[in-house]
Amino acid sequence: MRIGGGDGDGLIKVRNLDKKYVRGSEEIHVLQGLNLDVDKGDFLAFMGPSGSGKTTLLNLLGGLDVPSAGSITVAGDEITRLSGGKLTAWRARHVGFVFQMYNLIPVLTAFRNVELPLLLTGLGKAERRKHVETALGVVGLGDRQQHYPRQLSGGQQQRVAIARAIVADATFLLCDEPTGDLDRRSADEILNLIDLLVRDHGKTVLMVTHDPRAAERAQQVLHLEKGVLVEGAPSALRA
Amino acid sequence: MKFLPLIFANLLRKKVRTALTIGSFAVALFLFGLLATIRVAFSQGVDVAGADRLMVINKVSIIQPLPLPYRDRILRIPGVKQVTWANWFGGVYVDEKNFFPQFAVDADTYRDMYPEFVIPDDQWKAFREDRAGAIAGKLTADKYHWKIGDRIPIRGTFLSGVFEFNLHGIYRGTRPQDDTTQFWFHWDYLNEKMPASYKNMIGWYTLRIENPDQAVRVTRAIDETFANSPYETRTMTEKAMAASFAKQMGNIEFVLLSIGAVVFFTLLLVTGNTMAIAVRERTGELAVLKTVGFPDWAVLMLVLAESVLVALLGGGLGIALAKALTLRGDPTNGLLPVFYLPPQPIAAGVAAALLVGVVAGFLPAFSAMRLRVVEALRRV
Repeated sequence: MRIGGGDGDGLIKVRNLDKKYVRGSEEIHVLQGLNLDVDKGDFLAFMGPSGSGKTTLLNLLGGLDVPSAGSITVAGDEITRLSGGKLTAWRARHVGFVFQMYNLIPVLTAFRNVELPLLLTGLGKAERRKHVETALGVVGLGDRQQHYPRQLSGGQQQRVAIARAIVADATFLLCDEPTGDLDRRSADEILNLIDLLVRDHGKTVLMVTHDPRAAERAQQVLHLEKGVLVEGAPSALRA
Repeated sequence: MKFLPLIFANLLRKKVRTALTIGSFAVALFLFGLLATIRVAFSQGVDVAGADRLMVINKVSIIQPLPLPYRDRILRIPGVKQVTWANWFGGVYVDEKNFFPQFAVDADTYRDMYPEFVIPDDQWKAFREDRAGAIAGKLTADKYHWKIGDRIPIRGTFLSGVFEFNLHGIYRGTRPQDDTTQFWFHWDYLNEKMPASYKNMIGWYTLRIENPDQAVRVTRAIDETFANSPYETRTMTEKAMAASFAKQMGNIEFVLLSIGAVVFFTLLLVTGNTMAIAVRERTGELAVLKTVGFPDWAVLMLVLAESVLVALLGGGLGIALAKALTLRGDPTNGLLPVFYLPPQPIAAGVAAALLVGVVAGFLPAFSAMRLRVVEALRRV
């Protein structure tokens, strides 16, 4: 990972990224001239005060929002040039999202929730089942496939959300406050799971968090201050 | 198919609301089915009228008679193949509430004119051989529990006295919408009882022409033949005659369309509102679907499919109930000549339900499709 960019062949390359919102006559610059390189297998944490642009950065990296200026290139695809259906298709193929509030569909079982990203692929029923069972197995919920979200604890629901994020073998995971709604013990379980995904499965994870204990699990912590990236170290955070 | 679990799960999340919406479709389509059944009852004559049959009545009114000798003159007109005739009787069986149409018919020619009515040969033979013989339609025979050999007393209205008939046959229709409520007896028998001034007078002629394309020419020829006579004629196709009868009951088509339009418009509002609420409640979930890669069209189709499924389930249920009711028989106790829901209104009802489902679901589906993921997720 490098802040400031370079000529490397990182998985994600962010160049001169700007994002501004216009509210009435006021222009709000959320991100300003941001440059970043992320390598495959990196686990980064973004920290910063509310309104510093963390979630906006995640949305841009995930192709949910478009920048005002600059570019984002993921595995050779410049996603800032994609729009509409192409961007949606790219997102389905490359990005796994994990949200603070889990965002599971309450009327679907854990199995069906995890299966959702696969419904738009050409996979047959048996193949989808195999993928879903594998993903739920990785997160340790192989025995809870037929449980509805209301029948699961917060930590279990977040694990289902992680299974949904990895089921289609996403290129990288974007986690927005994944432990923000969990107690300490459940939060640790989720962080252990993310560690496992990075260490054993080679996943690239970019995580937004307010929690220093969550951030210290990352390989690198980046601070966003008024839309500008500043590098920090977990040890410094502890201090 | 792989989206069906998602669609059904969404429909079942608010079971009462879904049940009520399906119920409103069911009630509307049930009503539509009944109205269509009644329309068929009133217009069945129009629907089953023979394309090659014409009717000749007195130009003044159908209740004014025509002379029997017209028969031979009509037969001589080019294009006319067959002629038969009948009189309306209008008698009372036991009680005035027991209504069914009674016709005095020409036993030699009437059966051949109406091949859609099926009577076994031996029954027709027995009828022809008995001057006081009669044939009843199956619906009427069943209604009054008549069987062959029964003696049927009918009290005259414009003729005094009780007429006793021997039931020799029961006819059936070849199509579900054929009228099997009629009661036929010999015109000769009626003619005997008529006062001298009405002897050899008939109610109307029915004639078959060689080619339906010649109907206009034959119609004109008949009316010109009897123009300026004491009994001028008015000739029309059987279909036109049946339609003019149906019109006497009011514009059933208009009533049907008006009620149907109001019902379906109300349904449109109810379903549209339900789907709009359902989409609003699920803004976050729809945003999640888009986040995990559901394209706009898939989100649109999911919402639309829910609306259409509700419409089809409710509509199908309603029309099935209407059909089931008609299969149980006429609840009006024979006031309607037929009580039958044909396939065409069933298809029309289902198509209308489908259309309402699509139209009602489109706006909510479109708004779901246009949902901006970032804004929607911010609201979760």
